[in-house]
Amino acid sequence: MSGEASGTAGPRRAPRALRSGSFLFGGLIVTVLLVAALAAPWLAPYAPTTIFPGAEIRPPDLRFWLGTDEVGRDILSRVLYGSRVSLGVAIPSVALAVLAGTTVGIGLGYWGGAPDLLAMRVFDVLFAFPPILLAIALVAALGPSTVNLVLTIAVLTLPQFAMLTRSATLALTPQDFVQAARALGASHARILGAHLLPNITPTLAVQTSLSLSIVILVEAALSFLGLGTQPPAPSWGSMLSRGRQYMTIAPWLVLAPGLAIMLAVLGFNLLGDAQRDLLDPRRAGAEGRNP
Amino acid sequence: MTAYVAKRLLLLIPTLLGVSALTFLLIHLIPGDLVTILLGITASQNEQTRQALIHALHLDRPLAVQYVLWLRDVLRGDLGHSLVTGFSVRDELARSYPVTLQLALMAMSIALAVGIPLGVLAATRAGRVLDASTRVFSLLFISAPAFFIGTVVIIGGARYAPWLPTLGHVPFTESPARSVGTMLPAAASLGLAISAIIARFTRSSMLEVLGQDFVRTARAKGVADRAVVYKHALRNALIPVVAMAGTQFVYLIGGAVIIEEVFALPGMGRVVVNAIYQRDYTMIQGAVLLLTSAAVLVNLALDLVYRLIDRRILYS
Repeated sequence: MSGEASGTAGPRRAPRALRSGSFLFGGLIVTVLLVAALAAPWLAPYAPTTIFPGAEIRPPDLRFWLGTDEVGRDILSRVLYGSRVSLGVAIPSVALAVLAGTTVGIGLGYWGGAPDLLAMRVFDVLFAFPPILLAIALVAALGPSTVNLVLTIAVLTLPQFAMLTRSATLALTPQDFVQAARALGASHARILGAHLLPNITPTLAVQTSLSLSIVILVEAALSFLGLGTQPPAPSWGSMLSRGRQYMTIAPWLVLAPGLAIMLAVLGFNLLGDAQRDLLDPRRAGAEGRNP
Repeated sequence: MTAYVAKRLLLLIPTLLGVSALTFLLIHLIPGDLVTILLGITASQNEQTRQALIHALHLDRPLAVQYVLWLRDVLRGDLGHSLVTGFSVRDELARSYPVTLQLALMAMSIALAVGIPLGVLAATRAGRVLDASTRVFSLLFISAPAFFIGTVVIIGGARYAPWLPTLGHVPFTESPARSVGTMLPAAASLGLAISAIIARFTRSSMLEVLGQDFVRTARAKGVADRAVVYKHALRNALIPVVAMAGTQFVYLIGGAVIIEEVFALPGMGRVVVNAIYQRDYTMIQGAVLLLTSAAVLVNLALDLVYRLIDRRILYS
């Protein structure tokens, strides 16, 4: 995971990172999330789709730590497996957005010209849409499936990375070290790959963490509306949505998946914030974004 | 300033054209034969119905021509007819938009009314307990999806304040007071999420202004601390918050779609969601186009307001 690995950029930064509460707490949450996703079959007491007849809507007890849902499935197991669904959409879509967005952005910033002007207008249009609304409309048109979900979210996230890389490239290209490389006859590929990209990576890492938090929210919202990962897959958003029917008599049905979403988003948010503060300590505690 | 306004207004044209083009293309993204999908399998067997729809949507013409014809209709105020009920999309949206407008305005008011004071308090007590707890509050609400906050509000309301109406809707024209009252839980769920972002933004903006020379001058000549904070600093610190509120409006519209579903409010978000379940693509198209255009225009208006206040302060 690029979001986590890049938090310790360079040996000199590591001690400061370890002194940052946000970094430690965010890192801890993200680690727990990753472990839950990877080791769900060993950690979960039951399979996420196993139905226990006669044990519907049980409050939390020793047998079912977080209670059972309306058809008698163990909520703890479903929440643990839910991290797979959530990260299974979030990580590939952000990875696609980072790869495509960075490539497009660095090219636009370096060469500029007509493609740059055109791309800016296209991004303006994409930014104009409320992300959730565009995601809803796209998934509704394409049909709800995990692949369509990943592609849609990647398309929505891509402009942010492209814009970020583009402006960073624009700021770096006139600098002496890039001009020196050019004067020495370095190829475009070398300038882009060896001189520009490494200087953009820390900024990209921050955006990756923040984007992961936003994408987890978008996936949850789409699943909540029934447009995300389809049942019986244990998606947090759809668990919350189905639990709403029983929420006043059995609040654990909605609290468990809701808190899981919140914690996952919080983890990546804290990590992104901490990374940003490490890059620029003067900006400590700046604004965030909400989909 | 005039040049800036002109430039922004000119840029509005390609943006809105792009938004309309993308919205238009939405129904062409649907895999399969469009006419069959739009009509449903049974109705599409009837050749007459098929031809009628092909004619209505100009499907026999090239895509670019279809877009131009569609845009011409949209500019005339004709958003087509619902594929499910056959009613005019425009009328359906005209019925539901006051609800969404009221929700958005109430949520934004709550966000500003909670966010700005919290941000100011956090900035004046930077590094102390109140600052830390504001940060925790902000992070929690930034991380919580609005639909989860809304669900918790409903559960909590039912348990601890059963007299509080959390579901149902009273039109504003019927009884303004009761209308605002019934929508309060929904607006608060949506507004609190944004207030967290505004609080953090106000805090950093305040901290920046409080460190500037004119604040130090005011303090040096003996202006009371409260007056420095609320008269000198706050007025300047709020300027970027106006622009920030504009960008948040886009997210607010998106959040409203989901909050309306949670609180069963008959707004445009509800129309979109129901249209999706019923595969009513012309309705989705109309609602997405209208909501996005509204977001673009509000964003532009607040950006221009921001420029205007900024200038007045520069020249006065």
